[in-house]
Amino acid sequence: MPHDSHDHDHPHALLPPEPALRVKALETILTRKGLVDPAALDEIIDTYENKIGPRNGAHVVAKAWREPDFAQALRDDATAALSDLGYFGRQGEHMVVVENTPETHNLVVCTLCSCYPWPLLGIPPGWYKSDAYRARVVREPRRVLADFGVTLPEETAVRVWDSTAEVRYLVLPMRPDGTDGWSEEALMDLVSRDSMIGTAVAGTPS
Amino acid sequence: MSRVHDMGGRFGDGAVIPEAEDVIFHADWHPRALALTLAAGSLGKWNIDVSRHARECLSPQDYTAFSYYEKWMGGLAALLVDGGVLTRDELAGKTQAEISDLAVKKLTVDQVAGVLARGGPADRDSAVAPMFEIGDAVLTRRIAENVLVDGGHTRLPSYAAGARGHILRYHGTHVLPDSNAHGLGEAPEPLYAVVFPASELWQHPEHPRDEVVLDLWQSYLAPT
Repeated sequence: MPHDSHDHDHPHALLPPEPALRVKALETILTRKGLVDPAALDEIIDTYENKIGPRNGAHVVAKAWREPDFAQALRDDATAALSDLGYFGRQGEHMVVVENTPETHNLVVCTLCSCYPWPLLGIPPGWYKSDAYRARVVREPRRVLADFGVTLPEETAVRVWDSTAEVRYLVLPMRPDGTDGWSEEALMDLVSRDSMIGTAVAGTPS
Repeated sequence: MSRVHDMGGRFGDGAVIPEAEDVIFHADWHPRALALTLAAGSLGKWNIDVSRHARECLSPQDYTAFSYYEKWMGGLAALLVDGGVLTRDELAGKTQAEISDLAVKKLTVDQVAGVLARGGPADRDSAVAPMFEIGDAVLTRRIAENVLVDGGHTRLPSYAAGARGHILRYHGTHVLPDSNAHGLGEAPEPLYAVVFPASELWQHPEHPRDEVVLDLWQSYLAPT
């Protein structure tokens, strides 16, 4: 049987230890070799700082709350329904939307790395990538929810989705009471990033 | 035995610290590390499974001590050397870097939007027929290790090894990471969402009706 050979050789030790200098050194070498265009890096950063973020997901949630046909389309084939809205691409190639109900609260994690639905939510927050979240949320989701100030009713079961493949999960939070007739834009403001990961519930009308 | 990245269910970690929504990066070099990794991926010398495995192969000491994007840089350095893109001497600054034959594959500004929009779908046609239907009872492998390569990549977490669950969804046929991470081909096969009662995984579940769902390949599963 072949044996994995990566365990004896860690090339990063050849680079400066300080992380900012390490990144700079790698970028400089790759640029000198003609393998990286710094302007392309700027473009990637601009995309995730300014163009793609949790407002995309909030749009999807608000639309699903208002339009039963769209909610059904998400259940039938979320990848296609989201793609029709313009939400597709890297780390959102295969999408499933999971709906919160009074019986079930959904939570998303990637215990093995940090898989996350980028086209809908952008770059994952620090806590989503933290050891504490990855280690704990599958075993003690309710204690993790308490860290976010969330307490679920006793009759609500928690279903934690560990993103172990290339399927990405978006939580559809429950629509808050008192929002009948609200516009899509008004509803979007109640939909936080965390409510679409499952560490929060949707906001309530103030 | 598992690697250090396989931490689901581990005891002893502290509180999860919530964070404001407008915080995207925590230091100036973080977005640079992200973008550099994505741009280098476009050179086509490795796939997503190879790159995940490179991060997982950091030593347990480094994996634990490194911040998130330091892990990415550690993984990227290994990928560049293993992929023959850079020599160790170039990485160490001992030799002057010269224009690479791979430079024709450099990601350019005008290509960025298209590359991000295309992504990397993992579904493939497969000759492997689905063995299970929704609702079927299944048992995961008892040992959460790569069957093909000793110490190799796998996506079966230790906490879900040897556990009984039910098929919840069928995702179609997807690339098998255990093969694709090691140059052994994409080997696509059926992929399922499998639901486990928390009581099947943990000695002291928080609630009798709580569940955990994992996406698992058919070869990780046996009928029960």
